[in-house]
Amino acid sequence: MTQPLFKLANINKSFGTTDVLMDINLEVRPGEVLCLLGDNGAGKSTLIKILSGFHQPTSGEMEIEGKPVLFKSPRDASDRGIATVHQFGGTFPLMTIGRSFFVGAEPTRGWGPFKRLDSKFAGEVAVREMQALGITRITEGSRLVGGLSGGERQALAIGRAVYFGANILILDEPTAALGVKEAAHVLRIIMQARQKGVAVILVTHNVTHAMTVGDHFAVLIRGALAADFRKGERTREEITDLMAGGEAMAELEAELEAYQVAHHGHVPDPSELPANQSTA
Amino acid sequence: MTVHATEPDVRKRSTRATQTPSSFSLSNLLRRPESGALIATVGIYIFFVINGGEFFTASKGTATWLNPAAELGIIAIPVGLLMIAGELDLSVGSVLASSSMTLALVSGHWGQPIVLGVVVALSLGLLTGFVNGLIVTRSQVPSFVVTLATNFGLAGLALGVTRAVTGSTSVAIETDGWAKKVFGSYFGGGTFEVAIFWWLGVIVVVGWILHMSKYGNWIFAVGGDLVSARATGIPTDRVKIALFMGSAFGASLVGVIQTILYNSAQVANGQAFVFNSIIAVVIGGVLLTGGYGSVVGVVFGTLTFSIVGQGIYFTGWNPDWASLFLGVLLLIAVLMNNTFRRMALSYGPRKKKG
Repeated sequence: MTQPLFKLANINKSFGTTDVLMDINLEVRPGEVLCLLGDNGAGKSTLIKILSGFHQPTSGEMEIEGKPVLFKSPRDASDRGIATVHQFGGTFPLMTIGRSFFVGAEPTRGWGPFKRLDSKFAGEVAVREMQALGITRITEGSRLVGGLSGGERQALAIGRAVYFGANILILDEPTAALGVKEAAHVLRIIMQARQKGVAVILVTHNVTHAMTVGDHFAVLIRGALAADFRKGERTREEITDLMAGGEAMAELEAELEAYQVAHHGHVPDPSELPANQSTA
Repeated sequence: MTVHATEPDVRKRSTRATQTPSSFSLSNLLRRPESGALIATVGIYIFFVINGGEFFTASKGTATWLNPAAELGIIAIPVGLLMIAGELDLSVGSVLASSSMTLALVSGHWGQPIVLGVVVALSLGLLTGFVNGLIVTRSQVPSFVVTLATNFGLAGLALGVTRAVTGSTSVAIETDGWAKKVFGSYFGGGTFEVAIFWWLGVIVVVGWILHMSKYGNWIFAVGGDLVSARATGIPTDRVKIALFMGSAFGASLVGVIQTILYNSAQVANGQAFVFNSIIAVVIGGVLLTGGYGSVVGVVFGTLTFSIVGQGIYFTGWNPDWASLFLGVLLLIAVLMNNTFRRMALSYGPRKKKG
């Protein structure tokens, strides 16, 4: 088995007196998709902000290829090959595709003070990288990013990350705002990145999407790692139950089932459920 | 699942298939916000040519709107850059006045060499811009409030110091030689201000920075999405501070030009530039939300503003209505900008309406 590319050991994070993350241990290997699952407020966002250098952990160690690292800024993280793509692609709606692709790393040509931005090259590379990811509708790098669909923006951002040599790709809810077809396309792009040997950390609360592409799953509940398992070790229902805070979903299903058995298949009125009676 | 195009040679694949036959087309041109500004400028000009008669098109008539346009333009272009980056500068009025007064005090009242006065005046502008930028980026207070405060603060400072030193609110300064030629002379038979050349210089330099250099890309990125821009490693604070220094420098340059041109400085000068520059920028197609705009657009916006402001005197109508004209024009410009922005954001020119 290959050495982990990125390793977290006993990561803790607290804001003031609130513990947001407790003892997180995770590993991700090259060419592997790690799905980070969890309900809202479970600490997923804080964890990826630590991974991408926006926050520093209160305690704990991070290692890349076996060497300890400390990120003081997002720049440090990106210098170590970590790229983060946010839900809406983190792109600039009123910039051209080419310019947006190269923001912060603009290609220039010319000499001395007359170095100018090579927008032709930028546009060509951006279009080529997007086409390589299966976005064939885009043929002009001079178009504005705002004219792209959500999935196309994700492709632009992922293409950019891979082009600039990211070997750890963090995707924050890439499919949350997308339609079914577009989400499938983004998942396909994730598989492409994985095949190139990129380690992908996919944050999502869509279990179906996670099960489609994930090799390794980690479930966060209230800041703690509730489960850490590999593909095929758990069923979809088990994962959903875990994300919904453990037994809550299973309890509800059991109650409904018991009621249906007792009442000839009828579904109960919500007020008849024990949980609701006790709070009434 | 079959995954296409994952081979490593995919990047080397010919780009021929992805190239477009031509990036220039009428529909592309019409999608640009500055097209609205161009249409406005041409339309307004023709309107006053028809109603203003031959005096308007004569060189004296042209100078009446081109001279103020040049002064406004030197300020409006860097202010436009700042607005593309998502910030406002309401302090240009007092920066102009205080730089103007500094020059008159140093080189007029105290009789120092003119070059010293000019350097001190321009440095004061840069310093004010630096302070504006520093406060905005460090405190996260909206630049609207910060620069409004600077505008008032600096106006008070200029008035207080001038009155304490000279006992008056107006200081005379006599210049001749190179300074008069470079900053405050006329050409073309004594009708056109030399400021027009300064304006052209600002257009070329700032146009290069915004549209050709990589720093222009940074400015668009900062105005488009500050957090994402920072995440890509752009020094966003430094970009903003530099832009505040740019707009203040433009204002103090106009202060120097006016002082040398009119041989005097008044403490109340320049406040009209605060809103006029913003109007010119908005008519020029820069989005108030930041992230979009062009130098050419701001130039057209400045011309339109200036033609409307001066052209009305040639029509024989009551000039009291000029501001109404400008107000309506500003409103139309903002509405048009929104439309252009929507058009610019829709992908696919090949789609036919119908």
